[in-house]
Amino acid sequence: MPLFERLYNFAHWLTQDRQEAEDVVQETYAKALKGFRSFQQGTNFRAWMYQILRNTFLTSRTGLKPSLPLESEGDCEIIATVSDTPESILLQRSDRELVQQALGRLPVLYREVLLLCEFEEMSYQEISAALAVPMGTVMSRLSRARRALRDAVQELRGEAKKVI
Amino acid sequence: MACDSWTEKLDAYFDGELPPEEARTVHEHLRGCPGCAAEGVVRLQQKRAVQSAAQRYMPDPAFRARIEKTIAARRPSIWSRSWIPVFAATAALLIVAIGVLSLNRSRNAERQSEFQSARELVSELVDQHVATLASTSPVDVVSTDRHTVKPWFAGKIPFTFNLPELQDSPFTLAGGRLSYLNQSPGAELLFRVRQHQISVFIFQERGLPAAQADKSAPTALSFEVRSWRHNGLRYFVIGDASPKDLDTLSELLRSAG
Repeated sequence: MPLFERLYNFAHWLTQDRQEAEDVVQETYAKALKGFRSFQQGTNFRAWMYQILRNTFLTSRTGLKPSLPLESEGDCEIIATVSDTPESILLQRSDRELVQQALGRLPVLYREVLLLCEFEEMSYQEISAALAVPMGTVMSRLSRARRALRDAVQELRGEAKKVI
Repeated sequence: MACDSWTEKLDAYFDGELPPEEARTVHEHLRGCPGCAAEGVVRLQQKRAVQSAAQRYMPDPAFRARIEKTIAARRPSIWSRSWIPVFAATAALLIVAIGVLSLNRSRNAERQSEFQSARELVSELVDQHVATLASTSPVDVVSTDRHTVKPWFAGKIPFTFNLPELQDSPFTLAGGRLSYLNQSPGAELLFRVRQHQISVFIFQERGLPAAQADKSAPTALSFEVRSWRHNGLRYFVIGDASPKDLDTLSELLRSAG
């Protein structure tokens, strides 16, 4: 089953719950099998599967609320995210758990776009297809998501220092 | 800031989304601007950190089986169309014919490729073993008690394993940590024998190269390596202790099942 493990990982990140992730993945495959004739040959199969999974997740959540407020994304411009002290927020591989916690704290809209870009290594065009949003929105959302992740990491580091 | 127009392009640059000409100009700018270069390093590090952190959740094997069953149950309705079996039979014949012709040629290449994959695998694990020994905190769970170390992995890796009783042996358990191979999580256990430290890696068999699994893996960079498979898991024992020590520890692990 191509994509199975990656779809599951993505679903678990979205839902933050094993059982719910399994339900979403199962329904995704069921919908994909049922609607395979509607898949247009020559278009991107991976983006199509992620689109189904994401729609399944969204419809499974009535009144989905991001954990942090989202700005309106109608005609947003890309924000330059220059750090004040780059060395203070350098992320290393050893920060794995910290980054995982920070990702978990992000609003779903930010988390999903980061996962699709960084982990799934999708092009902006593929992400645009998977999320059903224009390319400009992908770029601005990605930029905000990265900024939010850096803020979340700094926040977590601050909390860790307080504990120590 | 003077470099705002450049920093705005950094994300697209590192995402490989800029046209070649524009990417080249950003590249040139980064070479000559320490501020933007530092910002670039931050973004690249973040990108890599997310790549590494995002591989976190593995599906339960029972869930995979359930989905496979669902898909298999749906297949007949698709294949019941009359033209598809004819097409499939023709295609199958063609594939068999081409397969027979290319089999001998591909076998050598496959053997070569499998051997190479196994070597790379061992090399990667030896690197991990050395990194563990060099680390100031080599293990995440510090305990000589197998009943403490084994439960620590519950929920962190998608399988379980048994650890042997070491009371009458020269080995002591030092602890364990999470490890990753081919983007799959696994267990790394650290054992001590006299002044030597031995890492035992356990991963799911699925997704690893098939070659060399049941034999002693090749010695790498003077480290002794033992490897075998059991119950869908692959074990690797790596250390600088004597071959006899590695054989003894391997035997203890095997007998623990």
